[in-house]
Amino acid sequence: MNLLINGEQRTLEKGTTVCTLLNQLQLQPERVVLELNRQILSAAQGSETELHEGDQLEIIQFVGGG
Amino acid sequence: MGLPDIDFAPSRLLASLIEQSTALGVCQALRASLKCERPLAPDPDHTGVGKRLPQRYYFTSRRPQFMRPFSLNGKNVIRILLNETNIEVSNGTSLYQLREQQDAKADLLIVNGFPAATDCLLADGDQVVMIRRGVVPSAEQLETLMMARHTPGVHARIAQSRVGIAGAGGLGSNIAIALARVGVGQLVVADFDVVEPSNLNRQQYFIDQIGLPKVVALKENLQRINPYVRVETSNCRIDEQNLRTVFAGVDVMVEAFDAPDQKAMITAAHLQQAPGCPLVAASGMAGYETSNSIRTQKVRNNFYLIGDQKTAARPGCGLMAPRVGIAANHQANAVLRLLLGEEPE
Repeated sequence: MNLLINGEQRTLEKGTTVCTLLNQLQLQPERVVLELNRQILSAAQGSETELHEGDQLEIIQFVGGG
Repeated sequence: MGLPDIDFAPSRLLASLIEQSTALGVCQALRASLKCERPLAPDPDHTGVGKRLPQRYYFTSRRPQFMRPFSLNGKNVIRILLNETNIEVSNGTSLYQLREQQDAKADLLIVNGFPAATDCLLADGDQVVMIRRGVVPSAEQLETLMMARHTPGVHARIAQSRVGIAGAGGLGSNIAIALARVGVGQLVVADFDVVEPSNLNRQQYFIDQIGLPKVVALKENLQRINPYVRVETSNCRIDEQNLRTVFAGVDVMVEAFDAPDQKAMITAAHLQQAPGCPLVAASGMAGYETSNSIRTQKVRNNFYLIGDQKTAARPGCGLMAPRVGIAANHQANAVLRLLLGEEPE
């Protein structure tokens, strides 16, 4: 299935969850904020969410320091 | 018409023009022969010490001497900006005479940006600041000064606003200070931590505040800068549950945490719980690489992210005052722009 991730076209296996995708991208779920089709998802909500054809996903990753 | 005030009665007009041209000629001659020194007040004690003000003082006067109005509405007055307020005094008034009239106890006099060591004649357009050392100005006086700096419209909007800051570390302490200085009316600051020695490399605390809760120390410092800013503090850990209660009614929310999971948690929670309230967050400001990689970005409606997005704090790349301060002031400026109805990016 084809998705738009951070503005880029990506092809993923059908049934991929947000959690699997983050693992593939080597991102820690608790350090990101997700926006799936304009809806904000928290780490807990996001991880089990299944992705679908045509989804638009924005991943905002936070790094430490302040 | 942008001309000096001139009395147009025919006989006096001629006299005025002669006087003006004479003043111009005299002034030019003085520039050449006396290094542009301005007339001085009488020196009854004949001390002569520090009598003449620095040459630069003359040049910073807002209006050249020869343009001084010798007749304003038929009265012989000059306009002075005293403590950011316009006043009129009679021409020929000296600095010390002005002090007698306005505030005899003022013990520090600043004319056009330079401390005045002795008396001098005042010129039209001079800016005078009178200070009583050690005396805190009243809320009204400070208000006048702020309004003069920021223009009344801008000042009023800032003074009415309420800003929430989650975290009082390197980002939060710097952001709070910038916002208190510009005169944000209410600040709500939350942090659970205490001041540690290692914080002093970038956070706005003092060595004698080590061990104090950060919110207590920060409030103390903010009140020393501007005692008329209302500072609400919460010495607690912010989570999804208490976020809205602690920061109730804020116009703009600031994420100023240190740990990445906390940053992500509060960002997601705020965007879900208060989508109408702008959030200014930060990510990536460690180390000492170029300042120019720190940027303000609009991620989505009401969500702004500041930083280089990649430089995490880690061994060998610590958090240091300059870049943390740059990011903090990006955040503070984003807040200011939002309060004034401008897009931060």
